Amino acid sequence: MCLGSENGVIHVGFFKNLFTSKAKKLEAEKYKIGMAKTRSNVLSHLKELLDSADRLDDDLFDELEEIFIMADIGVNTVVKIVDHLRDRVGLNDVTTPEDLKEMIIDEMFKLYVKDEIVSSNLDIADDRVNVILFVGVNGVGKTTTIAKVAHEYKSKGKRVLMVAGDTFRAGAINQLGIWAERVGADFFKKEEGSDPSSVMYDAISYAKEHDIDLILCDTAGRLQNKKNLMKELEKIHKVIGREIDGAPHETLLVIDATTGQNGLSQAKIFDDVTNISGIVLTKLDGTAKGGIVLAIRDEMGIPIKYVGLGEKLTDLEHFDIEEYIYGMFEGIF
Amino acid sequence: MAFENLTDRLQMAMRRVTGKGRLTEKDIDEMMREVRLSLLEADVNFKVVRDFTKEVKAQALGEKILKGLNPGQQVVKIVNDELQKVMGDKAAPLALNMVGITKIMLVGLQGAGKTTTAGKLALFLRKNNNQKPLLVALDVYRPAAVEQLKTLGAQLNVDVFEKGTTHKPEQIIKEAMAYAVDNGNTVVIADTAGRLHVDHSMMDELVRVKDIMKPNEILLTLDAMTGQDAVTVAANFNETLSVTGAILTKLDGDTRGGAALSLRRVTNVPIKLMGMGEKLDQLEVFHPERMASRILGMGDVMTLVDKVTENIDEDDMMGMMEKMMSGKFNYNDYLKQLKMIKRMGSLGGILKLIPGMSKALKNQDIDEKQLVFVEAMISSMTKEERRNPKLIQRSSSRRRRIANGSGRRVADVNRLIQSLDQQTTMMKRMGNMDPQAMQRGGNPLAAMQPQPKKKKGKGKNKRRYPF
Ligand SMILES: Nc1nc2c(ncn2[C@@H]2O[C@H](COP(=O)(O)OP(=O)(O)OP(=O)(O)O)[C@@H](O)[C@H]2O)c(=O)[nH]1
Ligand SMILES: [Mg+2]
Repeated sequence: MCLGSENGVIHVGFFKNLFTSKAKKLEAEKYKIGMAKTRSNVLSHLKELLDSADRLDDDLFDELEEIFIMADIGVNTVVKIVDHLRDRVGLNDVTTPEDLKEMIIDEMFKLYVKDEIVSSNLDIADDRVNVILFVGVNGVGKTTTIAKVAHEYKSKGKRVLMVAGDTFRAGAINQLGIWAERVGADFFKKEEGSDPSSVMYDAISYAKEHDIDLILCDTAGRLQNKKNLMKELEKIHKVIGREIDGAPHETLLVIDATTGQNGLSQAKIFDDVTNISGIVLTKLDGTAKGGIVLAIRDEMGIPIKYVGLGEKLTDLEHFDIEEYIYGMFEGIF
Repeated sequence: MAFENLTDRLQMAMRRVTGKGRLTEKDIDEMMREVRLSLLEADVNFKVVRDFTKEVKAQALGEKILKGLNPGQQVVKIVNDELQKVMGDKAAPLALNMVGITKIMLVGLQGAGKTTTAGKLALFLRKNNNQKPLLVALDVYRPAAVEQLKTLGAQLNVDVFEKGTTHKPEQIIKEAMAYAVDNGNTVVIADTAGRLHVDHSMMDELVRVKDIMKPNEILLTLDAMTGQDAVTVAANFNETLSVTGAILTKLDGDTRGGAALSLRRVTNVPIKLMGMGEKLDQLEVFHPERMASRILGMGDVMTLVDKVTENIDEDDMMGMMEKMMSGKFNYNDYLKQLKMIKRMGSLGGILKLIPGMSKALKNQDIDEKQLVFVEAMISSMTKEERRNPKLIQRSSSRRRRIANGSGRRVADVNRLIQSLDQQTTMMKRMGNMDPQAMQRGGNPLAAMQPQPKKKKGKGKNKRRYPF
């Protein structure tokens, strides 16, 4: 793979080079600001640890493990990363904390990229009605994210339709309606309590009549262990696919950065029902790191498409693994 | 159920020890590794985990244990005791004023569930404490947040005070307090906007609202799915506002809810209530000591009993329990029990409180509609048949008659018979308090499980408030 760690020899400078382009660095800055707010007590702890450890002993690996845990990276994935690090230290006679830093980054990067080309772009084509379905548990930021994505594509000159598929939660329809007005997007709704599948069905007819380029479908938040609600979602998904060939072109699972290990269960069950094509990691402007998305990528191969960095329409960025890791470890470089 | 997987894992770790006659340090180390990973997987804060395993190990290594007759049991007890210590040992009640207005302020991150919880809390206090609540809409930022609270108020028939989104929360709360006095409300519940604990200007706003409102309770609303960051969030809110308690939401999910364990240990803030579903009556008192036993897979009979007595005549219940445990359980009892369960609300939620049931129910959904079918079948039985289940068991013509009479299939009737049978067996075991044996038992709800689906009618939205 590109990171060239043949025989475990790491090309120390490689990762740093990723940040030599000025534009990149500026972009990363935004992540950093978002993620760094009280980074102090979390991953920058690693710096102290590495600076103080003159030998790479077992205690250090135990503490490393805890540092990854602190970022909510899944337990299995953490165990895996630490095992790899331990092996590589043995192979390479790596003895200084400096070397270890590079190695950690390299491991995490590899873990995410998996020798594939991972793109954070959505599968949106010019010659069709595109559909994106947003799913997730309650309160993670689905509705707000839809507004942000609508804003992005409006600015690109697309005609966007926002669909009020949450017919259950009090005020949900109006919430999306208010955003649609702010964004200047088309808005489709039926009355509260309507069958969400029928909302999708009618919205698609509307889209076909009104020359819509992109349909963004909101859904009610649901916990993944609620069988009947997951069945409802399955039906929504099916109806969309029946009305437009190949749709939904993207099904995005929205995950809140504060989510712990449960994120994995969310990804697994939502994926069973709707075939998740990507993750949106929201609320990265807080102190949580959202590391569980790395475990999701590691165990399930689902990439992250966007990160949410605030409550404004412009607080959405395409995911970039380099920037993400950079933001995570900002304190130690 | 929350904690389910933690339970599984701990049980696995315990089994290894329980099977042995004596404990060695190596055994304990091995077990503690399992406990550690399991707690981390449950999102318990890593510092809490570190202390926890250290303490358990230290105690397990004491002479008493190694010389004891049944070391496994003693270790289980130590783990349980330690877990309880972390959780806190008593349910912490809400501070309600006997005279004057009780003021409650809900705070927390975005998306934690404050608005829904505000509605639930209003219903909870009206139902359990005879209060006349006033909901106050202070979230002037999130689109349609005010409308959401208004809708909930209308559904519950609870007063809501709002001034749209053009006034400052400080102004709104001031006017709301005056309104509450005039309007004769006994409790005021302020729903504030979600905010990040590191957003200083937004946190300052909360401080100003607090200064004006002078709340009796400031309740931090925390999502049960929160990971390691839970303690940072809680510590920050606590530092700024001196919160008086926490409400854990979305505990009806499959999260292991380790945040509950961490919270109290790290911040000393008691968890007072828990959200158990989207319906507005699904808010419950949080019992830390029961949670600990739930974590260890000991079931939670106490909560079940509580819940039952809240809605049901106690004599009725005790008679029923006695009957069930003695194995003399007939279709009349079965029907009565179904009706009780219906009155008690969410069936799945209740069943999970019975020891062993959370295992039996894993990956299964209880379709409450099936209750109706069961009722129909029992109604088609003769008095004799209802009293003496053996009659139906022995006669296929009786079974056919019942199926015809209730519009079900014979297979459904068979399933009902099986269900009664299994339930009787299970209750007998429960009488003997052997949760292990119960887990091996069949699922007593076989008759209520959904059949291979025929076509359903065009689905309306299935979630409705029960009132
Ligand atoms: N700080 C921060 N807040 C966010 C972000 N994304 C969403 N929020 C806030 O989180 C809260 C919940 O967002 P919603 O968009 O309503 O979430 P949802 O998933 O649609 O919620 P339900 O429909 O109730 O399940 C709102 O207060 C949003 O403003 C983010 O990236 N950062
Ligand atoms: Mg929503």
